[in-house]
Amino acid sequence: MNIGLPIVAKDPTAQFELHKLADLKIGNFDLSFTNSALMMVVTVACVALWFILSSKRALIPGRAQSILEISYEFIADMLKSSTGKEGMRFFPLVFTIFVFILFANMLGMIPYFFTSTSHIIVTFALAMIVMVVVLGFGVWKNGLGFLKLFWPDGIPGSIKWFVAILEVISFLSRPISLSVRLWANMFAGHILLKLFAGFAVSMFAAGGITAVGSFVPFTLTFALIPLEFLVAFVQAYVFALLTSVYLSDALHPGHH
Amino acid sequence: MEAEAAKYIGAGIACLGMAGAGIGLGHIFGNYLAGALRNPSAAQGQFSNLIFGFAVTEALGIFSFAVALILMFVL
Repeated sequence: MNIGLPIVAKDPTAQFELHKLADLKIGNFDLSFTNSALMMVVTVACVALWFILSSKRALIPGRAQSILEISYEFIADMLKSSTGKEGMRFFPLVFTIFVFILFANMLGMIPYFFTSTSHIIVTFALAMIVMVVVLGFGVWKNGLGFLKLFWPDGIPGSIKWFVAILEVISFLSRPISLSVRLWANMFAGHILLKLFAGFAVSMFAAGGITAVGSFVPFTLTFALIPLEFLVAFVQAYVFALLTSVYLSDALHPGHH
Repeated sequence: MEAEAAKYIGAGIACLGMAGAGIGLGHIFGNYLAGALRNPSAAQGQFSNLIFGFAVTEALGIFSFAVALILMFVL
């Protein structure tokens, strides 16, 4: 799926290259099946397998079912605390986003696997799904009352317009910050891993005293891997958390 | 100036942005720890807020790091 070690050691960005696995062109659109698309299919397949394995509804849950129940309660608690009870109608959306990002990040940590969330178009598409739901549901539920989101209460009239403009800018920058946060974390983290691994290889290859010193970047790589697993989880959690915070704006635009 | 040299200088300057994220993270974890030591029973309830603040702050540092990496390897 990915290219061999010598090239990765030379260029840390080689891991993000897209390869066409099957050509498909419709008109001017290039809809080829790439390694990124393959990884997303694998991600969805893993999630589906997990759900199928844990939907036996055993009274005494096995490993897969316990983890699913813990994840369910984890996300349900988060959603309830940030949107209230009426926000639970968005639970399928938030849980799907959380599980998809978590699995995509975690599968990307396996050596030689592609990380689909390390491409900004993937994370931007996810962020735009959230934004379309927030805008669509907010306008559908509140009508023009949704605009109260930009018109805060309890602020003196003279600076109210200024605050309203700031609120509009902050609303418009949400999809960008949401997608760039996830993308940059994955991109930077994976480059960092490859960079230190590359240091170790080239220092060892240099021979002499530098070869002895190559254990420093080598150990640092080992220290970075747990950190990257933490980041993979935290970023999935933060994406879901921000999704529910934004959804709470659509549910209650008046107060925030 | 050669474009190659400007690239490396730019990457170095971009990394300075991480200092701000470092200060911010220190504030977040320091204040969380100070609050948690004063009232340990309330600490668990604020853990999700801690992680939220950590991720939002850390992301800004990661942004500057990503800019540096793009200057180094992509452009």
